[in-house]
Amino acid sequence: MNISSGYHWVTLLTFGFVIALTMIVTYFAAQRVRSASDFYTAGGGVSGWQNGWAKAGDYLSAASFLGIAGLISLYGYDGFMYSVGWLVAYVAVLLLIAEPCRNIGRYTLSDILCYRNDPRKTRIVGALSTLTVSTFYLTAQMVGGGVLVKTLIGIPYEISVLCVGVLMLSYVLFGGMVATTWVQIIKAFLLVSASLLIVMLVWAPYGFSLPAFLADVVADPKVQARVTTVLGDAAGSLSAAELGQRFLEPGLYFKAPVDQISLGMALVFGTAGLPHILMRFFTVRTAQQARRSVVWAMVIIGGFYVLTLFLGFGAALHVGPANIAAVDAGGNMAGPLLAQYIGGGAESFFGNFMLAFVSAVAFATIVAVVAGLVLAAASAMAHDLYVGVVRAGRETTPQSQVKAARIATVVVGAMSIAIGIAAKGQNVAVLVGLAFAVAASANFPCVLLTLHWRRCNTGGIVAGMLVGTIAAVGLTLVSPNLSYPLAIRAAAHKVLDTEAAKRAAAHSPQELLALDKAVGKARADIARWGSATTSFMGLERPLIELKNPGIISIPLGFLAVFIGSLLFRDKRAEGMWNEVYARQNTGLLVSKGSHR
Amino acid sequence: MATDIAVDWDAIIRDPRFQDLHRRKSRFLWGLMALSVGYYFLLPIGAAWFQPLFRERVWGVINVGLLFALSEFAVAWAIAWYYSRRAGREFDQLAAQIVADHAGPASPGGGHSA
Repeated sequence: MNISSGYHWVTLLTFGFVIALTMIVTYFAAQRVRSASDFYTAGGGVSGWQNGWAKAGDYLSAASFLGIAGLISLYGYDGFMYSVGWLVAYVAVLLLIAEPCRNIGRYTLSDILCYRNDPRKTRIVGALSTLTVSTFYLTAQMVGGGVLVKTLIGIPYEISVLCVGVLMLSYVLFGGMVATTWVQIIKAFLLVSASLLIVMLVWAPYGFSLPAFLADVVADPKVQARVTTVLGDAAGSLSAAELGQRFLEPGLYFKAPVDQISLGMALVFGTAGLPHILMRFFTVRTAQQARRSVVWAMVIIGGFYVLTLFLGFGAALHVGPANIAAVDAGGNMAGPLLAQYIGGGAESFFGNFMLAFVSAVAFATIVAVVAGLVLAAASAMAHDLYVGVVRAGRETTPQSQVKAARIATVVVGAMSIAIGIAAKGQNVAVLVGLAFAVAASANFPCVLLTLHWRRCNTGGIVAGMLVGTIAAVGLTLVSPNLSYPLAIRAAAHKVLDTEAAKRAAAHSPQELLALDKAVGKARADIARWGSATTSFMGLERPLIELKNPGIISIPLGFLAVFIGSLLFRDKRAEGMWNEVYARQNTGLLVSKGSHR
Repeated sequence: MATDIAVDWDAIIRDPRFQDLHRRKSRFLWGLMALSVGYYFLLPIGAAWFQPLFRERVWGVINVGLLFALSEFAVAWAIAWYYSRRAGREFDQLAAQIVADHAGPASPGGGHSA
């Protein structure tokens, strides 16, 4: 399906322009990549504000750019509430992680972990957790990207994934961190300017008054109809005005508070453990620059989420939640469709130009985020596992290190394309939450405690990494996120059983249409699940009711680091505490890296 | 990687100025962190268990919940601004003084490099 069929050439031209821009940057960047330090960290030559923009570029993935605007357009207040955690997450990064990491780190997460610990063991667990987190995140991005490109420009899913993969590979392979950083900066800048323009156009008719704008949103029949759909039977007694107002109140999306707090914990602590975010701190020279870059990133990311509030509510008002959900059930097309409307609609040139521009930015977003992730995964493979473990103790030349990094990039890139194509049609939204949960439960406790707790040692790091990762993944595997055939069949039969009664009671053609759709889905579900009775894990029903494991797995991760460290006491790790602590607070010998 | 300057890390840790820096910084950082996390979780808690309050309209159709969510942004930015101001004016200076005194030329056998 293609939402801009009449003006296909505008779309292609705009995409071509954005891709050409990033390619030019990659060409110049490629000439600056000579050593491993150039490849992994742009030689440490990135300034604070540049890194701040690049960090925002890394973080504002399609999930947050398109996904949150979509959530707001479909569920109102809860969508906006969801976006808050993504910004607050950076407070932990700023206060606890950024500066110490810059002061004692070098290229990767494992470089921090192995500073005063057994390099072999910590590098292996650090690299494994980096690969785990990056693969989950990468799969979600590739599948989301494939679907998005398919919807936006109408090429088959497999080709879309291949395009994203090949383009990303060309940035990382030739330009390393230099190109990746500049692609992130360009993308973040385009993303913010496009959003700002749309928001100005949406908001200006109201004289930039927030109450006036929102009053129009809640008075809109499309929005009120949406609230009726979401609330179901509970909507019965509410007046039209009350239904509209309900859109600005909590509870349309998040039903279980504990789930939401658990997700909030994974976001707030997980960001500080995301390998591709940590890696960005090594591209600046000093702790002061690292601090400045986080503050820049917080201004850009926070400002963007405030804009998203207008994008989401604006899309609900002008395009209508039902129309948005019809193009993409998750609401991902809310932003692009709003851009098309604001530009003059589906029949106009400017409307399609705006749609194409926002789509091209969305495409650049996916490619850039994937590039950052692949770089992080490749560095874990080449720098930690190959140079640090396989060839430990032997001299490696700068050339051979860059070569190892490039080979690892191709391996990870090819893997991500293969996984993206293999996971076609799967619901991968859960994987982003899982990536954050693993980062929060394994990486965050380990990094935080090796930086701030004297007794933390190899035993603690290995235990924390393993327990945190296994707890987060294990709890997700037995959670309601998986498909449970018994429950699906029960729900489908309920739809079919009540079909006749509903058909008799339906008042409008829309209701009948929705009913037909629900019946079709129920039949497809019954056919798809056949006689299966258990989930992928062999369970008839979820063992826990939590959708995000954070609230259990994060404390478990911390506990494991404490117990592991106290069980396997290590005189050397404690003896080096003074060095670690003095260095992270003073920045002495910064960029000299770890001793081994 | 071998380093060409040796630093006596133990001497830095013993330095009263470093201990002073450590005390001030720790109290400040963990305090701000607790404040930030605490304020953040008030949002889902309020949305779940204080819905009547969150639904209270205060400015046209805008309710307490919406203002509270917006205030989360303001608080996160304020914390970032306050931290970088204090770090830039105070912690960086203290650290620079300590560095200036301890990062002298290498003395044989000194330092703690493993």
